[in-house]
Amino acid sequence: MELKLSDEQRAFRDEVRTFFKENVPDDIRKTMVESGHPTKEQFQRWTKILAYKGWGAPHWPEEHGGTGWGPVEQYIFLEELQAYPAPAPLPFGVNMVGPVIYTFGNEEQKQTYLPRILDLTDWWCQGFSEPGAGSDLASLKTRAVKEGDHYIVNGQKTWTTLAQHADWIFCLVRTDPDADKPQKGISFLLIDMKSEGITVRPIQTVDGGVEVNEVFFDDVKVPVENLVGEENKGWDYAKFLLGNERTNIARIGMSKHAAKRIRELAGIELAGGKPLIEDRRFAEKLAMLEIDLKSLEITQMRVVADDAKNPNAKTPNPASSILKIKGSEIQQRCTELLMEVMGPYAAPRQHDDYLGHNEPPIGPDYAAHAAPGYFNYRKVSIYGGSNEIQKNIIAKAVLGF
Amino acid sequence: MDFDLTEEQSMLKDSLDRLLSDNYGFEDREKIRKAEPGWSRDVWAQLAELGLLMLPFAEEDGGFGGGPEDVMLAMESLGGALSLEPFLATVVLAGGALREAGSDEQRGELVPQIVGGELVMALAHGERGARYTLSHVETTAKKDGDSYVLNGEKSIVLHGADAHKLIVSARTSDDAADEDGISLFLVDADADGISRRGYRLQDDRPAAEITLSDVRVPDSARLGAEGQGYGVLAKVHDQAIAALAAEAVGLLTRILATTTQYLKDRKQFGVPIAKFQVLQHDSVDIFVALEQIRSIAMYATSEADNEDAEIRSRAASAAKVMLGQDGRKAAETAIQLHGGVGVTMEYAISHYFKRMTVNDMLFGNADHHLKRIAETGSLLES
Ligand SMILES: Cc1cc2nc3c(=O)[nH]c(=O)nc-3n(C[C@H](O)[C@H](O)[C@H](O)COP(=O)(O)OP(=O)(O)OC[C@H]3O[C@@H](n4cnc5c(N)ncnc54)[C@H](O)[C@@H]3O)c2cc1C
Repeated sequence: MELKLSDEQRAFRDEVRTFFKENVPDDIRKTMVESGHPTKEQFQRWTKILAYKGWGAPHWPEEHGGTGWGPVEQYIFLEELQAYPAPAPLPFGVNMVGPVIYTFGNEEQKQTYLPRILDLTDWWCQGFSEPGAGSDLASLKTRAVKEGDHYIVNGQKTWTTLAQHADWIFCLVRTDPDADKPQKGISFLLIDMKSEGITVRPIQTVDGGVEVNEVFFDDVKVPVENLVGEENKGWDYAKFLLGNERTNIARIGMSKHAAKRIRELAGIELAGGKPLIEDRRFAEKLAMLEIDLKSLEITQMRVVADDAKNPNAKTPNPASSILKIKGSEIQQRCTELLMEVMGPYAAPRQHDDYLGHNEPPIGPDYAAHAAPGYFNYRKVSIYGGSNEIQKNIIAKAVLGF
Repeated sequence: MDFDLTEEQSMLKDSLDRLLSDNYGFEDREKIRKAEPGWSRDVWAQLAELGLLMLPFAEEDGGFGGGPEDVMLAMESLGGALSLEPFLATVVLAGGALREAGSDEQRGELVPQIVGGELVMALAHGERGARYTLSHVETTAKKDGDSYVLNGEKSIVLHGADAHKLIVSARTSDDAADEDGISLFLVDADADGISRRGYRLQDDRPAAEITLSDVRVPDSARLGAEGQGYGVLAKVHDQAIAALAAEAVGLLTRILATTTQYLKDRKQFGVPIAKFQVLQHDSVDIFVALEQIRSIAMYATSEADNEDAEIRSRAASAAKVMLGQDGRKAAETAIQLHGGVGVTMEYAISHYFKRMTVNDMLFGNADHHLKRIAETGSLLES
């Protein structure tokens, strides 16, 4: 047993660390520290830098423009990236549709789409959820009917993250409403957001931001060559997509950065004339958070090490199932504790969006995003398979109930 | 032992609930919160007409002669409607200071105007350096002939931008965090030397930063004895906390009703999600929080007029701890049970969650009050 990184791994860590220090633009780091919501332009600028270095898609195979890194290197990269902090590559392209395309798509699709994902020439969004199909994704209703060399798509997607910026949307659509199981009649379609008949309506989130949207499809014509893989096999690709991401789901680096910031700001804020960090109860709460985070980090590393040893294992390490639950809880506690640091100054609303404005702050200048961050992060235990759904899965798959 | 409202109180509560359901539904409130001043002068006038604003004021001043219990019933209903009206600011906070420390003349002049709904007031007490230390006042009031000259900055003043009159705490002697030496002053909000910057809190309630530079007020504007303001502030804040506890009962009642209804309506996997037992249990946790907070709100309310400051304060602190812990946890649970719908502004539930969150930040958060209780011995002996 050796919990520490090897010399080689440490050298790799130093290399990526140095790269971030030298290459993450200051304004982007600042946005990440303050709100964690980079603008479209910042995403694009940063992704170009990563892509130029060849790090646009850490976990892709080299033949498609990936790094060829193993699970440990991928993990170190993402953890360092989050801890810096810098934006992670936009997941919808790099983590979601990209791997589906290089695993199930045809040659032409690979050549058309993959390079444009790497440097964010194409901004992708994920069109899975619908008003009636959240946790029960297989009940989705958006319909695609083949007419000649096109599908005609009608229906609605919702909660589509950053669809307002998107060039493309990958959708699960129903192509066979009569299949004997709902999972069987679903296909995976790539749809140009500029197509006629698509309307995007922003949904304002609890923190005041615009991050999710409704996307309406009204007789949208989609060329048949935009079907990925086989018709009616979309559910398998979706399962592959959703199960694809184990190296980063706990977002350890992000929580480490948050814990560090909490400690730093609690050293500045005064409570009863003394730095808040000297308050026994506060210090203990932060310590408890760090204990949970430390053990989750080791859990994450166990999973990563396992993946590295058994790259073709059919069943994942059972410990991997807790990463999403515990990771999201810890992220939420970070936002909560950061909000507590601000005391009353988390209360004034200083931003109605992520753009910022020029009025002087009310209270300390680092307080503005604390409550919005806490509000916004209620989402992390809801999306990507809610924590209740995660527990259902563990109860069944791991505990055998 | 009797936990029920009197017949008169029940009737008032019914009328209030009707008024609010007619005028303060989610859509109405959306309009109100998105416009200036962020509350409704029309509803405020109706609340005045109903007699709500007179409740805790003495009959001889033109009030109803009620007490904390009447404030409790008002706050519970106002909380249920997520009211943005200046009831807490005007009637509980500034009104409380006026009741406690106002001279016959001051009360005689101002109470009828409050009761009539014409006068909105705010308590300008909080300061940037105070965090939750109630005695932290750096604003100064210097005696100059037969007037005082006020200088300083007041922060997160609820309804401070639209109040007509302010009650300002300022130091006439001693040092920043001392309990002695704080005095209270009645100040016209548009007096020379006052500048105000209005904004909204995270849950849309209006607040303001207020700067006082060489604001001159006559001796007769002093509220209560010079240097004796702290006791008044302490009592008023305990009463405000009891009021927030009652508000939380209103919030949680709606949170629970909205959530259980949502679980019954929302279908996934071919069944209402209310069928999933884990969600039933989570809902029961909200119910438990509601009933526990109802009880602690009654406790804080019943002690809110206690002349023994120690007993009164500890009851308020106990309530505030529960609001910040159990109340907030219950609101978080409600969001989780709503799924994606819970994290949008388009459904009421997120607004309840935000109110509950912001209430923890006002008048001392849960940790602050927990410490206060822990440091002063057993709660069960008082
Ligand atoms: C900020 C945000 C961004 C998102 N981005 C995207 C995106 O880009 N693309 C996309 O396709 N989707 C996206 N989603 C949608 C997300 O995946 C869904 O919100 C999620 O699947 C939950 O579905 P729902 O919101 O319909 O909640 P519901 O499924 O209605 O769930 C409501 C509650 O019931 C619980 N529940 C449901 N079923 C069970 C069960 N069987 N047992 C126990 N409890 C259960 C849930 O855990 C939850 O607490 C996003 C969501 C959010 C909040």
